[in-house]
Amino acid sequence: MKLTGAQIFVESLKRLNVEVVFGIPGGSVLPIFDKIYDAPFKFILTRHEQGAAHMADGYARSTGRVGVCFATSGPGATNLTTGIATAYMDSIPMVAFTGQVATTLIGNDAFQEADTTGITRPIVKHNYLVKDVRELSKTIRAAFYIAFTGRPGPVLVDIPVDVQRATCDFEWPENIEISSYKPTYAGHPSQIKRAAEAINSSKKPVLYVGGGVISSDASPELIKLSELAGIPVTATLMAKGVYPPSHKFYLGMLGMHGTYAANHAMQNADLIIAVGSRFDDRCTGKIAGFAPHAANIIHIDIDPTSISKNVHSNIPVVGDAKSILSQILKHVKKAVHADWIAKITEWKKNYPLTYKNDDKLRAQYVIETLSEITGGSAIVTTEVGQHQMWSAQFYKTEYPRHFLSSGGLGTMGYGFPAGIGAKIANPEEDVIVIAGDGSIQMNIQELATAVLNKINVKVLIMNNQYLGMVRQWQEMFYSRRYSAVCLHKSDECPSKCDEPGRKGCPRYIPDFVKVAEAYGAVGMRISKKSEVKQALKKIISANAVVVAEFIVEPEENVLPMVPSGAALDEIITSLA
Amino acid sequence: MKHTISVLVENKFGVLARISTLFAARGFNIDSLAVGETENPDVSRMTIVVRGDDKILEQVEKQLNKLIDVIKVRDFLEVPRVERDLALIKVKVDKTTRSEILQIVDIFRANIVDVSPDSAIVEVTGDEDKLEALIKLLKPFGIKEMVRTGTVAIARGK
Repeated sequence: MKLTGAQIFVESLKRLNVEVVFGIPGGSVLPIFDKIYDAPFKFILTRHEQGAAHMADGYARSTGRVGVCFATSGPGATNLTTGIATAYMDSIPMVAFTGQVATTLIGNDAFQEADTTGITRPIVKHNYLVKDVRELSKTIRAAFYIAFTGRPGPVLVDIPVDVQRATCDFEWPENIEISSYKPTYAGHPSQIKRAAEAINSSKKPVLYVGGGVISSDASPELIKLSELAGIPVTATLMAKGVYPPSHKFYLGMLGMHGTYAANHAMQNADLIIAVGSRFDDRCTGKIAGFAPHAANIIHIDIDPTSISKNVHSNIPVVGDAKSILSQILKHVKKAVHADWIAKITEWKKNYPLTYKNDDKLRAQYVIETLSEITGGSAIVTTEVGQHQMWSAQFYKTEYPRHFLSSGGLGTMGYGFPAGIGAKIANPEEDVIVIAGDGSIQMNIQELATAVLNKINVKVLIMNNQYLGMVRQWQEMFYSRRYSAVCLHKSDECPSKCDEPGRKGCPRYIPDFVKVAEAYGAVGMRISKKSEVKQALKKIISANAVVVAEFIVEPEENVLPMVPSGAALDEIITSLA
Repeated sequence: MKHTISVLVENKFGVLARISTLFAARGFNIDSLAVGETENPDVSRMTIVVRGDDKILEQVEKQLNKLIDVIKVRDFLEVPRVERDLALIKVKVDKTTRSEILQIVDIFRANIVDVSPDSAIVEVTGDEDKLEALIKLLKPFGIKEMVRTGTVAIARGK
């Protein structure tokens, strides 16, 4: 049977069981959109391609399935790139499709032409330009396979408009094999044995776990290993939810805004077991001062390039976290490490995460209250900045795939569209977007997408009227010279000002309540601490898209903090 | 330390760009890069000469392997191999220097492949040391232009 490229596109996605595609049409994707009109999958029209990419990402992170987004050539493709780079840094399975000008015009600076495969090459796991319709079904099949297997990541498929129109016999490759791409899943038996021996002989072990544990659904094996061998666990931002937050072995997050207990556990451990984590600079602090007592570093990761890239591992195990952990479990002996556990319990008790408990409304209080009300079971997405770190600290996520945040790239504008993607995938779950007043404005146009499609996410804006994280660094490391961080600032302001809420400050815009209402969402403003609990309950139970703005303390800081370039135990717990 | 790395890649559109993007993005330094078809037209071989310590080389090798279009990566550092580089050197010539230049070319088993009244093009093949030595000797006569292929390498038969 002869099909056009556009028909092959729809047929291929159907066979891959794609439920939903996010995107925006345009000139060079008209043939495909004509077929999408009749397609069996849902198409969500976004208001910006960046929104589409983050929605596909949120869909993928919350389900473990491949997220799909679609844009036209040129500006459509370039608008996707931030979302693709975000997914790449956090190893999220995604396939991005772009239209391209006709093959005869490629390279001619045609209207809406951009070298999409060239632009995206450093931010994708792989990409394709399909120049022949006979390659299309095979390429789409390969794209999904590559995105989903090994260390997951985004794959882009660029399809020129004439290829969408051309016809050929449709052939569907049920199985796919790429001779030059063979990810390793099973860990090497002798390395697994060495790892188990190191665990059995350690006195002060720590499990340092990252997003790879979520990708491989290895949370049950992780908990088993930790409990059997008496090993405390610290999770990175990407791994939030893989370990019960109230567990006595749980240390919280490590690194720059990690807990005192987690950072000191790393610095005092004699064995670090890294699982699906990549020793990112935000986690290790100064490399030269990292984990000075660790005689052994076991590094379990599916991506060999992650091993010994930043920190040397003497017991590397390449492969899938789930299968390797279950193999290791067979060789590990029961252990208690009473002294070590007593030590970390003492750190946890003496240096808990905290904030000032007075009458003022602080973002930490809002997030902590949200955590209590939801029991840590909501899907929480965040934007990037102070509110993101407070969410990491004070929202006690109970389950994997329930905390979605741009960890690697740190993309402001991620959280809201990602929340929409997650809600589409999980319509029965509460999806709550925790945002800052700076970040939310980077993709606020997606309110239209949420409202029109009745994707009832709840957006909580922690409005401190600043680009707060940058302000914090300026306060701590740049003598409080607040340069370009005040979101009140107008041309009437003095050129230098460090007084939040100074008399005669220009009015804050936008009025988020009115913005919400203009889009047909419910807008709320909460300025008193005493109103928070009631408001949150109302927001969560509302059967609508809600944008709730919390007017929080403007100059609150995220603590503790390991300053950039310091070692993990040079942690600052309070600003005197 | 200088390493000669042999990379077998799918002979596909954009592969060279992927490799060069990788080296640029990761801050690896390429001394030379040569690429061409192998005995199998679907496969190309790249010979990349790269400098770095063991840690960098480990990353180079792993990162190359991670690219989907890369079939095989081999560091030739401790492998018995044949390495060749080819240079075309346009050197200034006049009556007084001609015979001396011819002698040098002869000793190096190089060839004169073009002659004009005031210059000659010398073609030389060999390992890098040989090329460097010849270039050093020709320099005093005046090298007008030079082009080199970059190293290509292949493992010796067992």
